[in-house]
Amino acid sequence: MIKYLKLHDDKCVGCLNCVATCSRMYFKEEVPAKARIQVFPVAPGSHHLVACDQECRLCVAECPVQAITVNAKGVVMINKGLCVGCLACVAVCPIGAMRYYPGESTPFKCIACGACVKTCPANALELAEKEDSPASRMPFEVAEAVRKQEGK
Amino acid sequence: MSAFDKKDFKLLAEYKFEPKAVHRGYAMRSLHVDVGTKKATQKSVSEDMKKRFTGGKGFGLKLLWDATKPSTTWNDPENEIVIAMGPICGNTNYPGSGKSLVVSLSPMTGVPIDSNVGGYFGPYLKFGGWDALEIQGKAAVETIVFIDSNAGIVRFYEAPAALQQDTHLLAEELTHAFATDEGTPDAKDLQSVSVVSAGRGADHSPMGLLNFSLYDKRRQGIRVKQAGRGGIGRVLRDKKIRALVCRFSGVHQNLNDAADPAAVQRIGLKLHREIIVNDDKQCKMRKQGTAHLMEVMNDYDLLPTKNHKYGQDPKGPEIASWVWEKLFSQKLPDGCWYGCTMACAHAVDHFLLETGPYKGTKVCVDGPEYESAAGLGSNLYVYDPHGILELNFYCDTYGIDTISFGTMCSFLMECWEHGVLNKDRTDGIDLSWGNWQGAVQVLHDMADGKRFGVLAGKGVKFLAEYFAKEYGADAQFMKDIALHGKGLEQSEYISKESLAQQGGYYLTNKGPQHDEAWLIFMDMVNNRIPSFENKAEALHYFPMFRTWFGLQGLCKLPWNDVEPADNAKHPEPNKVPEHVQNYYELYSAITGESLDWDGLIRQSERVYNFQRAFNVRQGRGQRKDDYPPYRAMGPVLEDEYLAREERYDKQMKEKIGIDPAGKSVAEKVRITREFRLKQYDSLIDAVFKRRGWTGDGCPTPEHLKAIGMDLPEVLEVVNARIAGRA
Ligand code: SF4
Ligand code: SF4
Repeated sequence: MIKYLKLHDDKCVGCLNCVATCSRMYFKEEVPAKARIQVFPVAPGSHHLVACDQECRLCVAECPVQAITVNAKGVVMINKGLCVGCLACVAVCPIGAMRYYPGESTPFKCIACGACVKTCPANALELAEKEDSPASRMPFEVAEAVRKQEGK
Repeated sequence: MSAFDKKDFKLLAEYKFEPKAVHRGYAMRSLHVDVGTKKATQKSVSEDMKKRFTGGKGFGLKLLWDATKPSTTWNDPENEIVIAMGPICGNTNYPGSGKSLVVSLSPMTGVPIDSNVGGYFGPYLKFGGWDALEIQGKAAVETIVFIDSNAGIVRFYEAPAALQQDTHLLAEELTHAFATDEGTPDAKDLQSVSVVSAGRGADHSPMGLLNFSLYDKRRQGIRVKQAGRGGIGRVLRDKKIRALVCRFSGVHQNLNDAADPAAVQRIGLKLHREIIVNDDKQCKMRKQGTAHLMEVMNDYDLLPTKNHKYGQDPKGPEIASWVWEKLFSQKLPDGCWYGCTMACAHAVDHFLLETGPYKGTKVCVDGPEYESAAGLGSNLYVYDPHGILELNFYCDTYGIDTISFGTMCSFLMECWEHGVLNKDRTDGIDLSWGNWQGAVQVLHDMADGKRFGVLAGKGVKFLAEYFAKEYGADAQFMKDIALHGKGLEQSEYISKESLAQQGGYYLTNKGPQHDEAWLIFMDMVNNRIPSFENKAEALHYFPMFRTWFGLQGLCKLPWNDVEPADNAKHPEPNKVPEHVQNYYELYSAITGESLDWDGLIRQSERVYNFQRAFNVRQGRGQRKDDYPPYRAMGPVLEDEYLAREERYDKQMKEKIGIDPAGKSVAEKVRITREFRLKQYDSLIDAVFKRRGWTGDGCPTPEHLKAIGMDLPEVLEVVNARIAGRA
């Protein structure tokens, strides 16, 4: 199973509570660009929410030092101690959910902690679970695992 | 394979230095190691040295010049191997920023060679606070030099007797032994080690190379990148150095202490994105590496086939890019340094060897890159990917340059075809075209120090003379088909039909390597540089521009193996102007010093002319050193002419102004040859003039002054040459 932050664009009212909460939670200051969730106004009264869906795992495959892994709950995590700050993960993320802040040495992303969920007045955010998708597995790692199992 | 512990290595000497942080891309000091006296000392880098030589190859050449004399030969103890990094080296944001530049007096050419190599050694060394490492002297026993960049420790060890010699095993043993001071290393420890080594081939052949390792966490094994050209591995082994080991942990985004780290991130991320979006539509480097060139070259009649006799063969597709794409493990971040999303350093995993001492074992083959696939493939008429991989693997692990080996072996095969060689002369090895088993046997014999292997390993310059003298081969024919300049074998592009590329290969400082200029498409395909002056301008600009990568610790590939989507709209798309802008902005962001396009070229010009003057100092650097063998310029043989008769006849009519009708093939070969030789002479005149050199190829004092390279010791050398004193 994959634990993730489920986003309901249709319910979002654009108050940015989630953004403020997230930024405070991880950076101890309120800077919208430092939030791991992003709220984009698309039309008057309509918003688009962006946070990692924990599913495509392109960043996991791209990281040169294996600083990005999938934890037991299916959440994609960055190990800051291993990260060399190359931003390859930021470049490869198809939805812009892997983020960085200029001058900060490591990137950051939503880890489905749920802090923002409680501060959303409109129920636009929800901690949810979904099936692990086979498409998200890295072929090389799978092949290696099989090879090891077969003792080749 | 036996596992070693650090205790198994006998400590011979130890030195301790204050670790020093890099500031604005520079450590402002270099490390000097003498393996003969087992001494390590530090030298400071002066502001003047930084200003004039910039870094990387510039520093390497400057240190090598100071350490050697005009009479120094490659195997004198004072000859050095210098590994230098450059100010941009080691940043993790801009793809292609992990290169080390290695210089030494070459066993193949006698003049300085420079080689640009990936792997973690250079950056790890730099983060210990060293802009360069000089290695001098000759050891009495098999020596390992260990540099702990975190602790500032340099140690000399004696290699245990049972330690392996060939790289794929040696680097693995050393990585494990040196990853921790005590206890079993984990993946992170293993990743903190990089080894520089050669192999048994480099014990016997001047085409020996250096392998720079990196630990691949996903493959859980060692990968190697090569400082291939010019025989630096031979110098390492001549010094009785088994390996250099550097350890560093704690790489992070701003170890260069950039003046503007956010700008470094911005510029880097821009290129990462460009690569991710465009690569699949452009060069497919992420899937195929430089092997993407195979069918392009074959289609344009540029893929060396049978010792550069032809540029094409119907069998070409059998070793085309899509074949390699299937063999390479996919979806791996195969960068040779952290953060290179171009990720061209592909490998074939679990490859089962069929010959040699490691027959029957499964190995990881690094590559092949284009040069290896062409040199060990089509040029030998080998179209069996297995054969190419087997040759590639053994070249690497024996520490032998795939390019020199490929070009040398194709020369042997052509000699075989013409009866110059036979089984009596090759000690039983069949060197018919396409017989990769024969080729790989030459390689095994080289590593084992057997007669024919050692002879072949001397390179084509030597062999051409030897075969003429010993076997009565036609001396001129031998000379014509021995593809080398200054003693270095030519790399793997057909230069025959592009005068500019002949210059790109042979009007170089180190010998015919394509890293100075690759002008074939501009010249031959697109006809953008028709006049001698146009060609001379290109042969000034591109070598200067490309020299810059080596000053900075950068890779050339992310410059033009990916392009901005709108690159074609620029008036000079061949220069990829937007990427050039990335480069000088990146330099400024790291060093805090302003730089523009002209300033970038000026930095290179200084070092390029210094290198030329270095050649002059060693008694070379003359016009006569800069001529290609005729195979690189045109058809040597009648059947070679006939294979492209239409093309050559047309040229005769239109360019030479002679009607080919009724002329014998021999006559047409002669007319073409005379014309092409004359063309090349005119090209030299134009290029030397544009570069600020005399007609004999010596930098003039005026030019040195104009570019800020008028150091007294350099002026003395050029003045002596110009006055006819040297
Ligand atoms: S920025 Fe860090 S986490 Fe992202 S790919 Fe680079 S090393 Fe991995
Ligand atoms: S493009 Fe290839 S050779 Fe160049 S730095 Fe990247 S991985 Fe290394």
